[in-house]
Amino acid sequence: MEEKKLAIIATKGSLDWAYPPFILASTAAALGYEVQVFFTFYGLQLLKKKLTLEVTPLGNPGMPMPMGMDKWFPILGMALPGMQAMMTAMMKKKMKDKGVASVEELRDLCQEAEVQLIACQMTVDLFDMDRKDFIDGVEYAGAAAFFEFAGESDICLYI
Amino acid sequence: MADFDQELDASGLNCPLPILRAKKTLAGMESGQVLHIIATDPGSVKDFDAFAKQTGNELMESREDGGKFLFLIKKS
Repeated sequence: MEEKKLAIIATKGSLDWAYPPFILASTAAALGYEVQVFFTFYGLQLLKKKLTLEVTPLGNPGMPMPMGMDKWFPILGMALPGMQAMMTAMMKKKMKDKGVASVEELRDLCQEAEVQLIACQMTVDLFDMDRKDFIDGVEYAGAAAFFEFAGESDICLYI
Repeated sequence: MADFDQELDASGLNCPLPILRAKKTLAGMESGQVLHIIATDPGSVKDFDAFAKQTGNELMESREDGGKFLFLIKKS
């Protein structure tokens, strides 16, 4: 069976958006795909050693709120101090209760399965990020390098 | 249910963990050996079917028993 290729561009740095790239990459790797994930802009947050990812209900009408809170405190309630931390804690608890893996666990599984995690060098420079803050095993490259792989890929996703 | 060589209890785990654990367990097994997987994620029924088709490992059995989903996969 010829090896298929999956290319993913991860651009978002919130807790909820951290899942799709790592879930799809690790699953594809388990199915025998060769996988590369290119992390650019806010997606680079997903490569930090210490993840401080959060979810925010602000400006996100699709986010389910406990006890219909959003109906009682529309917009203004979502902007209250501490609301983001609370929603992040609730989301993490729900995921744990439902047997959903943590982002760290999925990321480890990706690395174990030899998914190539590539940090966009331009964004690293742009935001004055320090390579020391990123996990080991990350490669640093530009868009052209990614296209080399993406051009040969069977599936290419922008997340 | 037929004999098996190893068992993997993926109860309580959700997508994609049952597949990832199965892949990892199979990696440590020999060709022709059979892995018995127990899962509680209803999505795993279609997932293991797709996993078998795409990896070439044979899904010998897939059934439900009292809320548990049981699979037998023979390593290719």
